[in-house]
Amino acid sequence: MDFSIFGYQFMQNAILSAFLGGIACATIGVFVVLMHMPFIGVCMAHAAFAGALLGLWLGFNPLVGAFGVSLLSAAIIGPLADRGELSPETSIGVIFSLMLGLAFLFMGLMPGTKSGALELLWGSILTNTRSDIILLGIVAVVVVSLVFLFFKEIQATIFNRDTALAVGIPAALFLYGILFLTGATITASLRSIGGLLIFSLILNPAAAAYQLTYNMKKMFLLSAAFGVLSGWVGLLFSYFFNLPSGATIVVTSSVIFLIAVVFSPKRKVKGWQSKPLQEEQP
Amino acid sequence: MDNELIVIDNAVVSYREDIALRGVSLKVARGEFIGIIGPNGAGKTTLLTVVNGMGKLLDGKVRVLGHYLTPGNGHSLRKKVGYVPQVQNIDPRMPICVREVVMIGRYGILGLFRRPGKSDYEIVDEALELVGMSELAQRPIGHLSGGELQRVAIARALAQQPELLLLDEPTASLDWKAQSDILELVKMIHNTRFLTTLFVTHDLSCLPVACDRVVLMKKGTIWGEGSPDELLTDINLSRLYDMPVSVVEKRREKALPVN
Ligand SMILES: Nc1ncnc2c1ncn2[C@@H]1O[C@H](COP(=O)(O)OP(=O)(O)OP(=O)(O)O)[C@@H](O)[C@H]1O
Ligand SMILES: [Mg+2]
Repeated sequence: MDFSIFGYQFMQNAILSAFLGGIACATIGVFVVLMHMPFIGVCMAHAAFAGALLGLWLGFNPLVGAFGVSLLSAAIIGPLADRGELSPETSIGVIFSLMLGLAFLFMGLMPGTKSGALELLWGSILTNTRSDIILLGIVAVVVVSLVFLFFKEIQATIFNRDTALAVGIPAALFLYGILFLTGATITASLRSIGGLLIFSLILNPAAAAYQLTYNMKKMFLLSAAFGVLSGWVGLLFSYFFNLPSGATIVVTSSVIFLIAVVFSPKRKVKGWQSKPLQEEQP
Repeated sequence: MDNELIVIDNAVVSYREDIALRGVSLKVARGEFIGIIGPNGAGKTTLLTVVNGMGKLLDGKVRVLGHYLTPGNGHSLRKKVGYVPQVQNIDPRMPICVREVVMIGRYGILGLFRRPGKSDYEIVDEALELVGMSELAQRPIGHLSGGELQRVAIARALAQQPELLLLDEPTASLDWKAQSDILELVKMIHNTRFLTTLFVTHDLSCLPVACDRVVLMKKGTIWGEGSPDELLTDINLSRLYDMPVSVVEKRREKALPVN
């Protein structure tokens, strides 16, 4: 294999993007998996996509549009989920369908070619520029440091919102914070991974980590590691076999998940063979 | 120092369609141990949520530990109130162990940006010891039985080192021995720490042993209040639960065989 490719600027950019995006998405994934709202990822991705299209249509920076609309949907989903009148998944579903509708609407309204829109749908990590990396870097640093700083509040909120509230933690605030972070992370990763595929990079590493540990800290670390690994391995496949990078990254993350399922200690019953079954009967 | 820990004045709470508390007033002095009984749906749980600032007051004034409650300001109060809820919807697959769950009780008091230190771990381990869960401290929370979860919830409330303890049917899912163990435990904590305690229960036989004062609730109102021996007569119970006196007598005889 020829490793001289690592000398190229575009490859270095891609490697760095995969690292930052992998960490940010996989960290968000832990929230998503543990709070039982897997579809928040799809919903936010479509919100970001719709916002980006709005930007393309009206001629402002698509990332600003993506950011605005995904935060707006977080602001709608948060109170709906918090009040508990609708299950979070239902409110997410309603917003998701709205965002999908808006995306199609803006696409239809957009004059000229739709290539810019399609790029956002597929993503391309190999064409990432310096400004993409800076954005990913900011989001990754913000996500990781917030998790680090507020780990105990986040842990309590994820464990049980009522319990967190009962011990004096403003649980609703942390719920909204988590939703906003999800929106920001997805926006920043949109150009690299693409709106359609980002969901898997959020869900798969965290789901894989979930199979392997009973400890939340370890789950965050494992998930981030799997996210970065998915990005890097996917990147290699993309480059050497000339495949779309978003797709190879996502397939890699799914393979990691399957391997984790196979090796999951949670599926094994510990040591039952070693003990005779008819013990201690009166 | 102010001796009235809880002052509830004409509290009204409603959930969407029906009114759960219709003008309830109650005063609790520091160090009291109060039992709350009443039929299902009487408003007992709602009363506790008013006390820890989670209930949505439509009307009335509530002052607890010197905090006047208005919506959204209860966080600093709740740090000082240990609350063991009636039902806990805990995700059995949550990656968190028993000791960490009890540590959550410290999180509110610790406040933002501070990590649990050595003294916090000591408090947590002591609470686990008290409820008899030390051996299971490292178990994932999802691997516990209902009664064990209940003990963990009590340990978490104790780990808060609260000034006020609210227990909502803490013995409901416990085995026969554990029921009396927990009751003894709660009483012991009350006695040694002089901890003000509100205790919702359906177990009438334990009330006279434990409580200074009993509050009877029915249909969103406080229906009676007084010392357990005075108040827990067959006639009162027959009216509280809407059943004939003779039936109450019979059932209570059965329930209290020895002694
Ligand atoms: N979340 C809720 N939404 C709507 N109504 C509620 C809710 N919680 C309680 N209620 C209503 O408020 C009233 C009082 O309920 P509460 O839970 O305080 O009763 P309780 O005395 O604790 O009963 P139990 O002995 O069954 O625990 C009931 O009529 C109930 O139907
Ligand atoms: Mg109740």
